[in-house]
Amino acid sequence: MAPPGNRRTGYSRRAQYNTFFAYVAGVVGILAGGFFLIGSIASPASYEGLRSLASDATAPVMRLVTGGRSAASGAWNDVSGYAASGAEVARLRREVQLARVAAIQAQAQADENRRLKALLQLHDEAPRPVTNAWLIAGSNSSTRRFATISAGRAQGVQPGMPVRSPIGLVGRVLEVGHHSARILLITDTESVVPVRRASDGLPGFATGRADGTVQLRLITLGVNPLRPGDTFVTSGSGGIYWPGTPIAVVSTLTRDGAIAHVLSAPAASEMVVVQPAWQPTADDSLPPPANTTPADKRKP
Amino acid sequence: MSQRLSRRLAQPIARTISRAPSPVVAYVAPWLAVMLGSVLPSLPYVGVTPMFPPLGFLVLLSWRQLRPGLMPVWAGFPLGLFDDLFSGQPFGSAILLWSATMLALDIIEARFPWRNFLVDWMVASCMIVACILLQVLIANHAGGATPVVLVVPQILLSVAVYPMVGRAVGRLDSWRLIRYRVIG
Repeated sequence: MAPPGNRRTGYSRRAQYNTFFAYVAGVVGILAGGFFLIGSIASPASYEGLRSLASDATAPVMRLVTGGRSAASGAWNDVSGYAASGAEVARLRREVQLARVAAIQAQAQADENRRLKALLQLHDEAPRPVTNAWLIAGSNSSTRRFATISAGRAQGVQPGMPVRSPIGLVGRVLEVGHHSARILLITDTESVVPVRRASDGLPGFATGRADGTVQLRLITLGVNPLRPGDTFVTSGSGGIYWPGTPIAVVSTLTRDGAIAHVLSAPAASEMVVVQPAWQPTADDSLPPPANTTPADKRKP
Repeated sequence: MSQRLSRRLAQPIARTISRAPSPVVAYVAPWLAVMLGSVLPSLPYVGVTPMFPPLGFLVLLSWRQLRPGLMPVWAGFPLGLFDDLFSGQPFGSAILLWSATMLALDIIEARFPWRNFLVDWMVASCMIVACILLQVLIANHAGGATPVVLVVPQILLSVAVYPMVGRAVGRLDSWRLIRYRVIG
């Protein structure tokens, strides 16, 4: 292809100035980008207002697309369900018979639990959800794992609130707009969630690896007691995440822990629940703090 | 006044008797296409891995190579700013990288004026690889800790997809120059 001929400005002083100042503006753009970048590295929350504005503006469209996608995948499931429906119905009937018995037993146990908790004066730990929302967008071209949900300050969402789906923990709220909010997914490399093994309460941390898995590190060092298939739930230590939310299942072992698959992969969960932030100091089941300290006693 | 403006804007665009391309469509379409490319990767799903090509960047490269001079050298600033609002990268990352890309392409074009498909693809591939790697570097400086290996599939996919983006931009280019009926 021939080179474009419009690089020469000729004798026109105006054209010369135009070209010159376009290049100046290009260099200024690079400098401004560096300046903004230093600002956002120094404090990641800067430019939050601009981002919230943008996500608020596009939220209605994104919500519409999400609805369409959800309907499409639902229709596909309906169609593919026809193929195996006969065997499926027979299997489900058998399961329902077994499940009825299990449900009665579970009901009895739930009653007993409630009675015992009342005896011990323990409060129920299921929080009232702040709001329900759709996952409407994700940062699919960046190595950071963020997502946008379709609820914001108008629905009572505040920064720091945990977000979960029916299957497990999804992340926590970072920035809040008027009717959209940006959440940090648990698979992001910056996210650290305190967890414990569901079977025996073995404590540890789950750090994101940005590829749909989390790295589990145990607080107790030494022999690695983990096995593939171990389920981990949030421990609630330190606040924010409510205790007992399922988070991941161990898939492969490493030297000092394990790599675990996140239960609620964001691609699969579209509807999420925003919960109020968990505050462990407000837990009545913990022993009360000592009334006076030596320092207080010295005061008259 | 508007008559004069439209005549001046439409000057490089072929016009026939009583039919001329709309200057608004002709000059706004490229910008809108890049902005759409910036929003699109976040739309279809919330992915578990960074797989989606940085579509806004690919569209910008395509326009720059298809029609050199159509977008000004400073176009990286406003378009990068828009991309930063949606990409999840730290703010300023795309402003810096896209502005630098526009200048770099200008220098490369002056150095190798005769181009063909392969040269264009190779230049664009170099830009894509550099841009994605620098993005990871910037994101890791701003709090992330992602190994570079994780973006290799994204890089390969972006390089492979680039000619198709170029075709799409070519179609859009012929659409934006459709001649509408004008009086006079």
